[in-house]
Amino acid sequence: MATAPLIELDQVSKSFDGGRTFALRDVSLAVEAGAFIALVGASGSGKTTAMKLINRLLEPDQGEVRVEGVAVGTLDAPPLRRRIGYVFQGVGLFPHMTIAENIAITPQLLGWPRPEIEARVAELLDLVELPQHYAGRLPQALSGGQRQRAGVARAIAARPRVVLMDEPFGALDPITRDALATAWRAIHDRLGVTTIMVTHDVQEAVLLADRIVVMGGGRILAEDAPGPLLDGDAAPEVAALMAMPRRQAERIRALTAKAAHG
Amino acid sequence: MDDRLAGALGLLPGYGAQHIVLSMTALALGIAISLPLAVLASQRPRLRFAALAVASLVQTIPGLALLALFYPLLLALSALTTRLFGFGVPALGFLPSLLALTIYSMLPILRNGVTALIGVDPAYVEAADGVGMTPRQRLYRVELPLAAPVIMAGIRTAAVWTIGMATLSTAVGQTSLGNFIFSGLQTENWIYVLTGCIAVVILALLVDQVLGLIESGAVRRDGRRIAVGLAALLFGTATAGASLLRGPAADYVLGAKNFSEQYILAGLMAERIAKGGHTAARKEGLGSAVIFRALAGNEIDAYVDYSGTLWTNVMARSDVPPRAVMLEELTRFMRERYGVTVLGALGFENAYTLAMRGERAGALGPHTIADLTPLAPRLALGSDLEFLSRPEWAALRNTYGLAFGQEKSFNPTFMYRALQDGLVDVISAFSSDGRLAGNALVTLEDVKHAIPSYDAVILIAPKRANDEVLRGALAPLIGAIPVETMRQANFMLDRDTDKASLADAVQFLAGSLKSPAQ
Repeated sequence: MATAPLIELDQVSKSFDGGRTFALRDVSLAVEAGAFIALVGASGSGKTTAMKLINRLLEPDQGEVRVEGVAVGTLDAPPLRRRIGYVFQGVGLFPHMTIAENIAITPQLLGWPRPEIEARVAELLDLVELPQHYAGRLPQALSGGQRQRAGVARAIAARPRVVLMDEPFGALDPITRDALATAWRAIHDRLGVTTIMVTHDVQEAVLLADRIVVMGGGRILAEDAPGPLLDGDAAPEVAALMAMPRRQAERIRALTAKAAHG
Repeated sequence: MDDRLAGALGLLPGYGAQHIVLSMTALALGIAISLPLAVLASQRPRLRFAALAVASLVQTIPGLALLALFYPLLLALSALTTRLFGFGVPALGFLPSLLALTIYSMLPILRNGVTALIGVDPAYVEAADGVGMTPRQRLYRVELPLAAPVIMAGIRTAAVWTIGMATLSTAVGQTSLGNFIFSGLQTENWIYVLTGCIAVVILALLVDQVLGLIESGAVRRDGRRIAVGLAALLFGTATAGASLLRGPAADYVLGAKNFSEQYILAGLMAERIAKGGHTAARKEGLGSAVIFRALAGNEIDAYVDYSGTLWTNVMARSDVPPRAVMLEELTRFMRERYGVTVLGALGFENAYTLAMRGERAGALGPHTIADLTPLAPRLALGSDLEFLSRPEWAALRNTYGLAFGQEKSFNPTFMYRALQDGLVDVISAFSSDGRLAGNALVTLEDVKHAIPSYDAVILIAPKRANDEVLRGALAPLIGAIPVETMRQANFMLDRDTDKASLADAVQFLAGSLKSPAQ
């Protein structure tokens, strides 16, 4: 018997208005351990809703969500969330706690001994390339990019197997954004975690993810590796979403060809 | 140094300590109740609406009325506990003041607390959930710390309100800095009033600054500021509390209503007790109805009341028997109904009477209240704060058919001013008031005997009925104070210029006692 996927969404539906409209409708998705999945789609496509079902920030109206083969509905939410990393849209760092305190939250909630937490914080600051002396600073003293590095460190502090990311780098300038995204892909590979990232930036998804799940109207429109999605004859919505990176790639190919012939 | 200033400064540590202990205890209690309530209310919209509505409503009740309301409430409670458990709760003094101030302090804490908690950015709430906090951990680690600055601002407001309103607790028998204000206003001792006001302002500013330090500590997450602030508050309150405990509790507690004669007589009784080698504390500024209940409930040991007041208010009688018969019936009634001892009459009457300026009376011509009846519609009556609602006024009005063109109530001190200034033509006066002679006023005779006599009598609490020390100390005062002597003593405090101190007036009276009837 094949090993079960790490995370499964099994025919889940979710409505926020008592069933008149559905944010998610009959969505099924399986994520293997170690995968890097990007959920892309326009606002209201259901991508964030789908991700929040995994750590029970939201509950499905129908269907079942399983993590490591166990239905999350049968688990207590706080312990479940402590073993799933979460990087929040925007900042999400607590403004009244120092960077070190923010990073240490989940280990602390899990009751790690203090020296172990301190060592872990120092290790994580190195991993996300923040200077050690930032540990005692408040989030407001850091730049947006630095804050999100701290946010990433907080998400992985308790060594989760799964990291959920909600538009993690959306509010950053393009250069910082690219640097952080690339750094995260490296961390993902090095730690062997499973990443599920929600983003409206198809380019980012194409560059980072192993698999892209395109969502629209509460359903999964397409699900494939980035290459086939870019090349394939997809449904019109998917094609529209993929048009921009495809055009960009074509333009760059043309420019490099011209330069080579020049 | 000015005598009155020296007197005020001498009383300041005691009054201040009581004030600090009362207001800080009320504030601590207010915080202890309001904060959990704010947390609950922030999670339950219906409770939020109800709690804020009730708190706002309470805030609209005038402070003095709120204090006064707790008195009958506690009295009823006391009757209940006495029946059920065999002991009563004090209805006067610290407890009602504490309860009223606590309730009063709740609104700003509650309102700021609820506003701050429901105002916490939902992104932080979700982040707290997302990292795996339980609702409780979220509250303590995220929501309360983020709401702390606004909550602290509410606590600062509450502290200033509470310290200010604690001055009113004097009226229900709790010593506070308000004693300066109440007694100063009564005897036109502006130095006392000013001392009380300044002390309250300084105390309020001081506490506000210390709370500000704690607030800045909460904002900057500076544990030292918070610790220093809390330590200052605790130390201040503990020092005040300790100074109260150090002084041994007095052997006897004497009551006084809120006018000069009562202050002087309480002082005189205290002096008599001190002569016998015992100590006496005074609860001053008590209302007429409150003071008798306090005595019957053994919260004060003795005070001076007036036979006519007790006759109408306590015995609910409207007939007007001769003076001696009245005293006899009163004595019997008090013993049988309340176990209260009427030790005897001091020798003077402090009767309600109507008075006018001599020249005005001369011009208009009335000599008796009966003469006033046809003139009344064109005249304005000035009264003290309780006269118009007292049965004596009803009796006068009905007996003589009095209908004044205007009726105005004043603090007694201002009532005399109003008469002098021509703002009113007739006032309700007291026959032992020194200002009658001092201001050339004439009193109008109650020719139809509409109101009873008002012999000043010493009342002794039930539990002191057989206390020979107390009886022995006070007995020499019986029959020893003629009305002229009392008027003189009163005038020493009530005259507009060259006021004497309370101690001087007491000394004068003590030195002018008529040796008891042989």
